[in-house]
Amino acid sequence: MNVGILYSRIRRDEKLLLSELRERGHEVTKVDVRDQQFSLSDAPEGLTDCDVVVDRCLATSRSKYATRFLDHYDVPVVNSAETAALCADKAETSLALEAAGVPTPDTTVAFTTDAALDAIEGYGYPCVLKPVVGSWGRLMAKLDSRSAAEAILEHKATLGHYEHKVFYVQEFVEKPGRDIRVVAADGDPIAGMTRSSDHWLTNAAKGATAEPFEVDDEVADLVARASEAVGGGLLGVDLMETGDGYTIHEVNHTVEFKALDDAVDVDVPAKVVDWLESRVAASDGEGDDQTVEATT
Amino acid sequence: MTTCPECGADVVLPDDVETGEILDCGTCGAELEVLSTDPVELDVAPELEEDWGE
Repeated sequence: MNVGILYSRIRRDEKLLLSELRERGHEVTKVDVRDQQFSLSDAPEGLTDCDVVVDRCLATSRSKYATRFLDHYDVPVVNSAETAALCADKAETSLALEAAGVPTPDTTVAFTTDAALDAIEGYGYPCVLKPVVGSWGRLMAKLDSRSAAEAILEHKATLGHYEHKVFYVQEFVEKPGRDIRVVAADGDPIAGMTRSSDHWLTNAAKGATAEPFEVDDEVADLVARASEAVGGGLLGVDLMETGDGYTIHEVNHTVEFKALDDAVDVDVPAKVVDWLESRVAASDGEGDDQTVEATT
Repeated sequence: MTTCPECGADVVLPDDVETGEILDCGTCGAELEVLSTDPVELDVAPELEEDWGE
């Protein structure tokens, strides 16, 4: 098959993916999204020949629009524009999870600092203020007092992009020093890991320690439901343990998997390529792998 | 082997160097983007943008 990789930066995740695809003899079309123009009628050169395009854009804004245009051109893309739109924005994700009955932290959105402060006071301290668009734990604020809340709200209102005036306030979940990341393909878990840290943020990008996590039936069910809620695809589903269950606080649509690949015995990029092959085979209506000489 | 566009020091390339990959200059610490691999061309990598992530 011919796999398009839409990228702007080749991280180790993309290198693992490229290596696996080429080892299996698949043709790879690397497309730097920064060089592209997306017209209303014609897909960028090279992308129309792809059996599937994998969105690995580093920038959320590019991911949202590029996948939307590819959908428009009827070029198969994973993840879909719908999934990208839901996962790129935390408010959208929260609404999708809530609508699907998937446990997710209680969240309130407000548009002014006064309304946001009222919401914060309603949760009590600590609570959490997050940007609606952002990743890697950046610009997350754990609010321990009213004075801290006032200061951060003022900074966001004064210094921020207009999106920072969409105040996303969330209950603080007392997790046991770790959260859980499960990478799943159309709801089927590939592997899971815990991410532990003394800091309240436990993102791998923040230096949390990763350990393998055995995905049990309860977690698998939640992951499947969360995946369905956002339209499926290759996803990184983040869960916190609440003491009597789990709550899902994030679903990532251009998921990084290098830390997971290092932490578990599962060959994560191989599983991802297995999934891509099965998707293409299903869309072709045939089960045979199509192997073409690698050219790129 | 090529040279860092920031400081001019030698930069060692991995065998499987890839267009779009980011390398660190071992001398000045600059993040360098691989613009092409044949021949290898490097430039200083873009700064982190607010919407980058996963």
